[in-house]
Amino acid sequence: MTETPTMPGPQSKPRLAPGCRLNDDGKQPRTLLMPERALRLQGPSLEIIERCDGQHTVEQIVAELQKIYSKAVPEKVAEDIRGYLRLLHEQRALDFQ
Amino acid sequence: MSAIPNPLALIAELTHRCPLHCVYCSNPQELESRTTELSTADWCRVFKESAELGVLQTDFTGGEPLARTDIVDLVRAARTAGLYVNLITSGLPLDEARLDALIAAGLDHFQLSFQGANEETAEEISGTKTHAQKLRVLEWLKPRRVAVTLNFVIHRRNIAQIPQMLAIAKSSSASRVEFANVQYYGWAVANRSELLPTRAQLDASLETLQQAQEKFRGRIRVEYVVPDYYAKFPKPCMGGWGRKFLLVAPSGEVLPCHAAKVIPGLSFDNVQRRSVREIWESSEAFQKFRGQEWMQEPCRSCERRELDFGGCRCQALLLAGDAAATDPVCSLSPKRGTVDAIVAGVIRSAGPPISQKIDWIYRTNP
Repeated sequence: MTETPTMPGPQSKPRLAPGCRLNDDGKQPRTLLMPERALRLQGPSLEIIERCDGQHTVEQIVAELQKIYSKAVPEKVAEDIRGYLRLLHEQRALDFQ
Repeated sequence: MSAIPNPLALIAELTHRCPLHCVYCSNPQELESRTTELSTADWCRVFKESAELGVLQTDFTGGEPLARTDIVDLVRAARTAGLYVNLITSGLPLDEARLDALIAAGLDHFQLSFQGANEETAEEISGTKTHAQKLRVLEWLKPRRVAVTLNFVIHRRNIAQIPQMLAIAKSSSASRVEFANVQYYGWAVANRSELLPTRAQLDASLETLQQAQEKFRGRIRVEYVVPDYYAKFPKPCMGGWGRKFLLVAPSGEVLPCHAAKVIPGLSFDNVQRRSVREIWESSEAFQKFRGQEWMQEPCRSCERRELDFGGCRCQALLLAGDAAATDPVCSLSPKRGTVDAIVAGVIRSAGPPISQKIDWIYRTNP
């Protein structure tokens, strides 16, 4: 059992928790599946989840999305990402390493 | 009528066979014989057709789904068809090899039931000695990569054990624990007078559970369901009749919910004769309570009608004698007095010392 920090630090690496996964490749709409929940993903939410592979740090995810959403205020993008990751962590869809 | 939305989940009631005899079981009292069970091939087709219809998740349940010797093949078939696979199980018959096979076949989520926080209560409620096996299963799950939920079925006899149940959850690898108060269908109805908690017991349990939700935030999702006899408004049963779920019974009959056979005059289609899509869209049983035309007052003009759909049809039948009536647990139902009388009866009888032997009606095996 991994000890998971409550607040994801910038160097931590989010990863989908056991039994949490995307629906089959190519099947639209892209959906995050987990016990008793199904979350439709599009745009930013999809781009964030795709990077929750245990390889990307939170910092890297923020940087990549800031590049994609270059017209948005960078600090707002960072805040939204951290909030979304925290929410999914509370839902037990994400673990942080 | 507006277009029928696609179902989200398939409840695959694989068998009514079960090694336990729980007094709260929500299976129909008329259990289906093993001889009428669908074949592996039939289920494979049901999974494919359900996925094509837009279904995202399937719940393998029963009875005890592990009683099916083809359970690993079924998991593989459902996963291959593109479904997220949940196993709702008592944890037996199971060993580590079988668990590995289930996970390798694509099992996403393992939901383990508990009948109590200790062997004595579990044995009394289930009529079997299975608690030790469940604790073994928890150990086997720890090093394995699968979502784990513990489901504690709550009633008057074990509602005071919630702290010990939380301790079991904490020492396991579960990411989610559900405290599900018994709902009164099937065998639970026969044992209701011994199962329904008092209002005071329920309130104390809610305080414990709400504290636990905070304490475990980020580690374990603590969820609970209260007995709707104590609610002000009814539950939106199944998310509405024929809106989100379809249940395929062991013999292939397709139902909007596990209790629907208590409603007289409904005719159910069978997957052996019609496709899942045809049944979902045009089965008489599914059409019966879709939309709002069937509603009686006060539901018909109630501002909550699209929130809770008037509650549960099966419960309306069981308590009010009319499946189209307002669910009597609703405070706005003219039959709410029926529920009040049941609750009052519980308060009167909830006194006997724990040592007094209860004449339980144990679930039989088909």
